[in-house]
Amino acid sequence: MALALALTIVLLTLATCGLFVLHPWWFPASVSTFAFAIDHQFTLTLAVCGVLLATAQIVMAYFVWRYRGERQNVWRPTAPASTRLEHVWAAVAAVLFLTLGATGYRVWARAALQGPAAPDALRVEVWGEQFEWYFRYPGPDGQFGPVYPSLMNDGTGNSLGLDREHDAASRDDIITATLAVPVDQPVELTLRSKDVIHSFFVRELRLKQDVIPGTISVLHLTARRTGRYEIVCAELCGLGHYKMHADLDVMTAGEFREWLLEQAKRQ
Amino acid sequence: MPRRRVIQFSVVRGDSRPAVAAVFRRLDMVKSQGTQSAAPPASLPFLRRYIFSTDHKVIGLQFYLLGLLAVLIGVLCSVFIRLHLAWPQLPVPLLGHVSPTGAPGGVITPEYYLSLLTLHGTLMIFFVLNTVPQNGFGSLLLPLQIGARQMAFPRLNMISFWLTFLSLGVLISTYVIADGPPISGWTAYPPLSAIGSIAGPGEGLGQTLWLISIAIFCVGSILGALNFIATTLYKRAAGMTWMRLPLPVWAWFITAILIVLSFLALLAADALLLSDRVAGTSFFVPTGLVVSDQLLGYKGGSPLLWQNLFWFFGHPEVYITILPAMSIVSHLLSVFSRKPVFGYRETVGAFVSIGGLSFLVWGHHMFTTGMNPFMTMSFAALTMAISIPSAVTTFSWLGTLWRGRIEFRVPLLFALGFVSIFVTGGLSGLFLAQPSLDLYLRGTYFVVAHLHMVMGIAALFAVFSATYFWFPKMFGRMMNERMGQIHFWLTFLGAYCTFIPMHFLGLEGLPRRYSSLSETRFGGHLLHLNAFISVVAFVTAAAQLAFLVNFFWSMFKGAPAEANPWQATTLEWGPAGAHQPLVYRGAYEYGVSGGTSDFTSQDTPEPALQ
Repeated sequence: MALALALTIVLLTLATCGLFVLHPWWFPASVSTFAFAIDHQFTLTLAVCGVLLATAQIVMAYFVWRYRGERQNVWRPTAPASTRLEHVWAAVAAVLFLTLGATGYRVWARAALQGPAAPDALRVEVWGEQFEWYFRYPGPDGQFGPVYPSLMNDGTGNSLGLDREHDAASRDDIITATLAVPVDQPVELTLRSKDVIHSFFVRELRLKQDVIPGTISVLHLTARRTGRYEIVCAELCGLGHYKMHADLDVMTAGEFREWLLEQAKRQ
Repeated sequence: MPRRRVIQFSVVRGDSRPAVAAVFRRLDMVKSQGTQSAAPPASLPFLRRYIFSTDHKVIGLQFYLLGLLAVLIGVLCSVFIRLHLAWPQLPVPLLGHVSPTGAPGGVITPEYYLSLLTLHGTLMIFFVLNTVPQNGFGSLLLPLQIGARQMAFPRLNMISFWLTFLSLGVLISTYVIADGPPISGWTAYPPLSAIGSIAGPGEGLGQTLWLISIAIFCVGSILGALNFIATTLYKRAAGMTWMRLPLPVWAWFITAILIVLSFLALLAADALLLSDRVAGTSFFVPTGLVVSDQLLGYKGGSPLLWQNLFWFFGHPEVYITILPAMSIVSHLLSVFSRKPVFGYRETVGAFVSIGGLSFLVWGHHMFTTGMNPFMTMSFAALTMAISIPSAVTTFSWLGTLWRGRIEFRVPLLFALGFVSIFVTGGLSGLFLAQPSLDLYLRGTYFVVAHLHMVMGIAALFAVFSATYFWFPKMFGRMMNERMGQIHFWLTFLGAYCTFIPMHFLGLEGLPRRYSSLSETRFGGHLLHLNAFISVVAFVTAAAQLAFLVNFFWSMFKGAPAEANPWQATTLEWGPAGAHQPLVYRGAYEYGVSGGTSDFTSQDTPEPALQ
């Protein structure tokens, strides 16, 4: 029993570590500026946790096998507990875990501790509702027109409640079902929700931001590779949560201009 | 070095009312018999003896059986969930008759899937993991382990159980009402959970009933916890100092404090959300909400307020589920290694630290909500810090095994399984504690894998371990050893094979709470992995039959147990006699200089000669 258990623990540990090393399923390729940093931090954490996992499990497996024995009804001296050992281990654990956290801060700072967007950043509004994503471009005037909840009506196609008749800024706003951005262009996304909490998640960008009604959230990103990536909802928003998805199209600057003109014609 | 010979007398309050004293005399007669079972005195009528009993052993059993009922329903939910994820169009036999609107023809609709996962989470977290380790085993064992005759407030204990029972009834009733059960998950984030049926099926009366159920549960839990605190403070036997307490008693005490503080926050949040739903307030719903083209009249609320309140409860909650489990593992590793707990003081310090720190880390559930990034970094540092006492406790477990004399009985197998799974599951938390990584992993199956390994499996292993170990105290009989071994092996292997692959679903970025994987392009590639996980999960769930059969069969036909079948030192195994025990020594004197055996029980007086 002792040997079987010890071997099982060792095998399970090897299988677990092996799976993470070989990773038949893994992150998709990164396409944003700080995604590479996040991937590096993940690998570092994986290495530290892998070593800790293997050490703890193998030590336990060894003890399980080495100290097996039947209970005896005689007194025998036992090893005294060493409080110093506990304190040393606590200090080692503290240094290890806190250092791991500290290295992650620099990566976090790149994602979150940002100033205002670059002046040439493309500004796009992202709207989440049950169960669609809509995207609004400000048009040539660079202004987002005001939004009136009382005018919002999916049925008539005015999902964002714009008053194009009376608001000049709204007239050139472009509303699309796909988020297109030019490659290597800083983008500022403003995230808003019409109804419940959603979450904007693009795996390849390693970006996730909750979209909370009553709150305006801002995301900065720069995509480095062209392609089509999925935007999925990552916060339970109702029965259609699983099918609330849209596409992020990263295009060349020329393709983007054409696309935007085409979308403007459809408004 | 001379041993301390001073016996410290703690304040002891006996209960001298005649009727109660008569019950205690009868109980003592029962206790002094060989089997030490939980049978209440025969002089009481059936209702007072078994149903509305104030006997802590009966109440402990009642909580345990309630948890057993809840876990059976919860596992059934998870079987349906895994069936639907792997084979979405497969009709489930009989389900179409039970839920004709939720699962027409037996095919689970998206809203029914969401209601299943809501019920699964609510049942497992509140009615199983909160109830069994703390109220179940605590009610059964706390007075015995501290040498008290009864809890401080026996009637409060009974009320706590019946409120929990009522709460479960209200929760289950959501499945029979017309509008159906809620679909907002066990976390019930507003506005989805606040605005009523317009948000979706089940969000009408179902969500309101869910909130009422949780409110009742909160009150029951808080009353029970107050009882635990008072009992531990005032009912310890003479000589039972704090540093002589068995570790489970420490854990029940700290957990009870966590329950009082955190469940009050949940009760407040619950009341506010109920108010939004029925009284027209807007605590959690902002102005200008448009749902299905309808402008709602709420004004000025904040959905984030719920998240802060809920997770202020929610994070201590997960430590409520794991602290008693950790202490039981420490306890059993000592018993079966025939060695004192390695670093008893450090372990107590670790439990206290975990309890305190658990109130300071709730923000790590909200890293993606747009919190001030400096707040985020603070929560991240504190979350990393809380892993340190867990590491200290792990070291203590390994140190207890070191140079021990390990006897591989079934309770020990599950205790070792706990250590293995807790280490694995706990380490995956180190990824989630870092906000940079949490940007990707939050809300994916990586979180689901992590929480199931630490709560769903590790805590459950501690419950199994405790069941096999204290079964003789519950029923006076032993569980079958061979069946227990089969149960262990299948569950241990099954748990790893189910939840390690699930981490990879999270690394692929698959969000949780998706009722179908085929609507997204990348989700469609993960169907085979999901099918594998489902199959292994079914085998593991089926393996629990070995436990159920063993449990109920052994209750009536198991080998009769002797008074102290595991040769343990703690007071619950000793003959109580007609007097309260005097405690002379700590709880883990195994292999320490004693008489003719390799252990010395806590109420053995000092020998005349060292």
